[in-house]
Amino acid sequence: MKLKVSQGRVVDPANDLEEITDVFIDGDTVAGLGHAPPGFGSAREIDAEGLVVCPGFVEIGAQLREPGDEHKATIASELRAAAASGFTTVCCMPDTSPVIDTPAVVELINQRAKGVRGARVHCIGALTKALEGQILAEMHALKEIGCVGVTNAHRSIRDTNVLRHALAYASTLNLTVFLNSEDSWLGSEGIVHEGSVSTRLGLPGIPAAAELIGLGRDLLLVEETDARAHFRTLSCGRSVKYLNDARRAGLKVSSDVGIAHLFLCDEDIGRYNTQCHVRPPFRTRRDRNRLRKGLANTHIQALSAHHQPQDQDAKAAPFSATEPGISGLDTFLPLLLMLVNEGTMDLKRAIAAATIEPAQILGLDIGALGVGDVADICIFDPNKTWPVTATAMLSQGKNTPFFGRTLRGKVSVTLVGGRIVHEIKA
Amino acid sequence: MSNNTIQLDDQGRLKHFLTIEHLPRALLVEILDTAERFTVVGDRIVKKVPLLRGKTVVNLFFEPSTRTRTTFDLAAKRLSADVMNLNIEASATRKGESLADTLRTLEAMQTDMFVVRHQNSGAPEFIAKQVAPGVSVINAGDGRHAHPTQAMLDMFTIRRHKPDFENLIVAIVGDIAHSRVARSEIHALATLGVPEIRVVGPKTLLPSGIEQLGVSVFHDLESGIERADVIIMLRLQQERMQSPLLPSGHEYFRTYGLTAPRLRRAAPDAIVMHPGPINRGIEIDSSVADGQHSVILQQVTHGIAVRMAVMSMAVGTQATNQ
Repeated sequence: MKLKVSQGRVVDPANDLEEITDVFIDGDTVAGLGHAPPGFGSAREIDAEGLVVCPGFVEIGAQLREPGDEHKATIASELRAAAASGFTTVCCMPDTSPVIDTPAVVELINQRAKGVRGARVHCIGALTKALEGQILAEMHALKEIGCVGVTNAHRSIRDTNVLRHALAYASTLNLTVFLNSEDSWLGSEGIVHEGSVSTRLGLPGIPAAAELIGLGRDLLLVEETDARAHFRTLSCGRSVKYLNDARRAGLKVSSDVGIAHLFLCDEDIGRYNTQCHVRPPFRTRRDRNRLRKGLANTHIQALSAHHQPQDQDAKAAPFSATEPGISGLDTFLPLLLMLVNEGTMDLKRAIAAATIEPAQILGLDIGALGVGDVADICIFDPNKTWPVTATAMLSQGKNTPFFGRTLRGKVSVTLVGGRIVHEIKA
Repeated sequence: MSNNTIQLDDQGRLKHFLTIEHLPRALLVEILDTAERFTVVGDRIVKKVPLLRGKTVVNLFFEPSTRTRTTFDLAAKRLSADVMNLNIEASATRKGESLADTLRTLEAMQTDMFVVRHQNSGAPEFIAKQVAPGVSVINAGDGRHAHPTQAMLDMFTIRRHKPDFENLIVAIVGDIAHSRVARSEIHALATLGVPEIRVVGPKTLLPSGIEQLGVSVFHDLESGIERADVIIMLRLQQERMQSPLLPSGHEYFRTYGLTAPRLRRAAPDAIVMHPGPINRGIEIDSSVADGQHSVILQQVTHGIAVRMAVMSMAVGTQATNQ
C-alpha cells in the first residue's frame, strides 16, 4: 500500500531532521521525503497538519505478562495498547511463567503476537535458567530464535561468580546483557527509598548504596569480560556519573531511565499510595533532577516506559504487600512532551531517547525515517488533552500514579511496516 | 494528602485512630481528658459504662500480642461492647485469603469497630479506606509505622507526673529504627509542645533522616539522658540482640542499658517508662525497672483508660454522623 503523510512536523533525530514536510511510504518502507519518488502515483493521504510525525517509539523492556499472568495482561492487549501509544516495537522481558529460557517460549510469544494489530514484539531471553542465578540459560539457542539480548530481569544475580561467567558467555555470543543492578543484600528487605519518607511511614528502605554497589560490581565484571551491557531503569543520581565514567573509559555500556522516575520522588508516596510502589524505588527530588539532566545531556541514552501492568488486586493491599510497577505505555507520550514543555530537553532529544537510542542499544535497524528505512511511524497531536481513566487507557493494567490526571499529547496514527495499526478517526 | 482526611470527620472529630502525625493538639488533649474520666471506672465495683452497648468490636490481630490485645479487650468490655478476638496470623491469611476479602467477611457480620494490629505499615489505613461508613478503625500497631494508643497512654502517664509539656526534656532510648512506638511518641510529644525530644541509640538502630521528625540525635546514653525529665526505654527484640545490628545483649546493656548510676545524670525527679515487655538486664537494670523513678506498671493501667477514651470518641463521632 502507498501512503502520503502530508504536512506534518517531521522529527527524525537519527537524521537530524525537524521540519514540516511530506512523507511518502511505499509498502513497508519510507520511499520519499518532501517529494514523491518517481512513479509513486496515487496514494492514500493522511493529513498530518498540526501533528508531529516521528519514528515509532521503541520500548526496551516491558512486562507483557503472557505466558503465565494473563489476568494482568496479554500479549495482544499490550501490543495493541503499545501501538495506540505510539510504540512500534516492544521488547518483552523474560520474567514470564515459564521464563523465556528456551526457544519454545519465544515461539509461543511470537505465535501469540501474530495477527495482533499492534506493535512488533522482540524477546529478551533469560541470562540464567529460570532466572535462578545458578545455571546459564541456553543463550546460543535464544539468540538463534531471535532474542535481542539476555537479562536476569529484576532478579539480580547474587553469586558474583555466576554473573561473571554469564557475562563472559554472553560476550562470546556477542549478545547484549541487560542488567537491573541492585545489591541483593542491601535490597533484600526494602520496599521504598531509604530516607526520611521511609522513616516516617515505617516502610523498610532500600538505600541508594544498593544500586551503586550493584552498579559498581557489574561494571567491573563488564570491563573484565568485555561484555556489552545495558543498565536498566536507573534510580540514583550518582548512577549517571558511574555509567558515564565507564563509557568514557571505553566500556560498551549504555543505560535507560523509566519515564515515571523523571517525574516522581519518594515524597509522592504520600500516605501509602501503592501506585508509587516501583522497583527500583522513586528516590529523592535531587535524584530525580539528576536523572532528568542525565537524559537531556545523553549521559543516559534511552527512555523507557518501564511498563509493568498489574491487576487491581496487586495494588489493593497494605503498601508492603503490593506488587511493584506502573502501567507505563499509555502515559508515555504525554510525559515525554511534558519534559519538553518544562524545558528539560528539546523535542528532538526526547524523541531520540525513545526511538533511535533504544533501537541502537537493541541492535535493531529501526528508529529512523530516512528514505529506505522501515516505515515504523508515530503521528501524534501534541496539544490534544485526555483524562487518564480506566477506559482511556488501553493497557489491561490500569496501575498508574497519573490516574485521574488530564494529560496533553495523544497519538493519532501508528504505522508498523507501513501498515496502519492504530488510527483515531477524526 | 493529609492523613486527617481519613481520620477526622468534616467537623474535625475522631472517626478512625490511625496515626498521631498531623492530629491537632486539642484533639490529643481531648483524648487525655476523656481518659482521665475513665480511670475511675476501673475502681468501681461494677467496672462498666454503657457507652458501647450493642456495638460489636473486633480485635483483628495479624501479629501476636498479649498486653495490647488484652487491654483493648478490657477497654471494650468496660464500655459494654460485644468483643470478638481474631488472631488472623493463624487463620484466614494462611489460607491465602487477601486482607480485603477477610475484611469484607467480617464486615458482613455487622461490626462497628476494628482494632487492628498488622505487620505491614499502613495496613490500618488501608482498612479504614475499605470499611463502610460508620465503621471505625483503631490502629493497635502497624509495622514500624505507628502505635498511637501506646503513645497516648505514655502521654497520659507523663501528664500525670509532669503536666507542663512545654518545659520537658524527653529522651527515647534504644531501637528507634524498628519501633512504631517511638515514631508515634515523637509525633505526640511534638504536638503537645515538648521543646526537646531526643533519640538515643547506636547508628544501627536509628533510622535514616530521623532528625527530620524534629528530634535531636544522641549516640551516647549518658549525654542523651542528661537533665531529662522523662526517659522512655524501648524494647530490644530478641532476634536483634545478636545480629548485624548489635553484637550481643550484654554489650547493649553495657552501652545503652539504663542503670541507677546512669539515671543520676537525668533530672532528679525523672520518670522512667517502657512500653513493655521489658528485658531486664538488657535495656534496663532491675533496680531501675522496680525503682522509685519507674512508672512502667502505671502505663499498663492507663492503657485501659486511654483505649476506652479513643474507642468511645470514635464511636461517638460515627453515631452522630449516622
